[in-house]
Amino acid sequence: MATNVEALSVMSIFDTFLNWKVFVQTLPLLLSGLTTTLTLGVTAIILGFIGGLVLALLRLYASSPLRQIAVAYIDIFRSIPILVLLVVIYYALPFVGLRLSSFGAAASALSLVSAAYSAEIFRAGIEAVPKGQFEAARALGLSPWRLMSDVVLPQALRIVIPPITSNSINVMKDTALASVVAMPDLLKQATQAQALAANPTPLISAAVIYILILMPLVRLVGVFEKRLAVRGR
Amino acid sequence: MMRPIIEMKNVVKSFGHFKALHGVDLQVKEGEIVVVIGPSGSGKSTLIRCINQLEEHNGGEIIVDGAEVGHGRKSTVLTEVGMVFQSFNLFPHMTVLRNVALGPVRVRGLSWAAAEDRAERLLARVGLGDQATKYPAQLSGGQQQRVGIARALAMEPKVLLFDEPTSALDPEMVGEVLDVMQQLAKTGVTMVVVTHEMGFARKVADRVVFMDGGRIVEEGPPDVIFNAPRDPRLRSFLQAVLSH
Repeated sequence: MATNVEALSVMSIFDTFLNWKVFVQTLPLLLSGLTTTLTLGVTAIILGFIGGLVLALLRLYASSPLRQIAVAYIDIFRSIPILVLLVVIYYALPFVGLRLSSFGAAASALSLVSAAYSAEIFRAGIEAVPKGQFEAARALGLSPWRLMSDVVLPQALRIVIPPITSNSINVMKDTALASVVAMPDLLKQATQAQALAANPTPLISAAVIYILILMPLVRLVGVFEKRLAVRGR
Repeated sequence: MMRPIIEMKNVVKSFGHFKALHGVDLQVKEGEIVVVIGPSGSGKSTLIRCINQLEEHNGGEIIVDGAEVGHGRKSTVLTEVGMVFQSFNLFPHMTVLRNVALGPVRVRGLSWAAAEDRAERLLARVGLGDQATKYPAQLSGGQQQRVGIARALAMEPKVLLFDEPTSALDPEMVGEVLDVMQQLAKTGVTMVVVTHEMGFARKVADRVVFMDGGRIVEEGPPDVIFNAPRDPRLRSFLQAVLSH
């Protein structure tokens, strides 16, 4: 008797959470969500990268008013929860006449925050380049711009590859927050599919998809870190 | 009488409360080899770092090739001053060839082809013609420093500054770098060399400058400095460095 009950409950776990039929039915919806998630994530990562680099350079080398602004920006956007920022951008900005699509709002919120984190990563990377490199470049007579682009940044970028990849993983995960502004991303599509199928299998599937996409990146950070440790004298 | 290419007048440099240079006067004539010696902390490195403005002096005047430098002046005259560093400071992400060619391309406006041509010639001259495609980390310290010299030479500077160029080297590599510097001294380029290599000073210098406590205490031809030192500080310094 007891074994029958156990068998039944095992059956129902599979039926409920790992239901093949539901999985196959909802997969197209999930994949369209995945496309949106990837587009949003990559957009935010690229914009955050560019913004972060500019902010880091302003913070390190700009003169007073601009530098203060960069410092304030970085502090504010590292303190604000992305979800709050997202809600403000999507629901509050229309009151001052700025109406963004859900993609626009989500991409803005994620990029603004990612830029602040990237800025601190770039700053640390630039500061980790030995002083002698700056001096050698100046002694050659390189302009400040050439000093950065030819000598310092190539070395700084190599140093920041692991933390920047880590930050990119965080941005990818934070794309799930976009579901609150009706963005049809992977999580939103999964909850939608769950409601339609009256079965949580799509949520489990979404979780697996997130892991499949992000785990290689997580491993990559480890590889980068190991390689950097070997090369760094 | 050759004209002075470097003129320092009453140059003062402080780091916070610490005064590294207490009003230094120094003239270097075109083609002259000046070797600066003195105990550590005597201001030797600060002195030559002020010449090319890696440190900005707080007082006095520094005139390079007729143009005053420092205090916010934007002057191209400093591209006429090359520097060789104690810790080489080669660019680790570039090949040796590119390290040497970079300055001429970015500052002198040469094409990469022309600059690499020049770089190859200079690398051959310092005995590294076959190492051009390697990265700095693949070279020994002595080889790296010779690349450093080639990199400075590639700018065809009027003055070459050497900041303790052999102090970071293993003893067996000091000779190869000093040989290159000695060769260079014969070509008529102006050199200001901060070093602890007394043999080099004696053999190569036109004039030796002894510094202590941020001041030039004594200067003169190597014969006089090494054989008939007057100042007691110079005497005890020489005793300390030559006794072993």
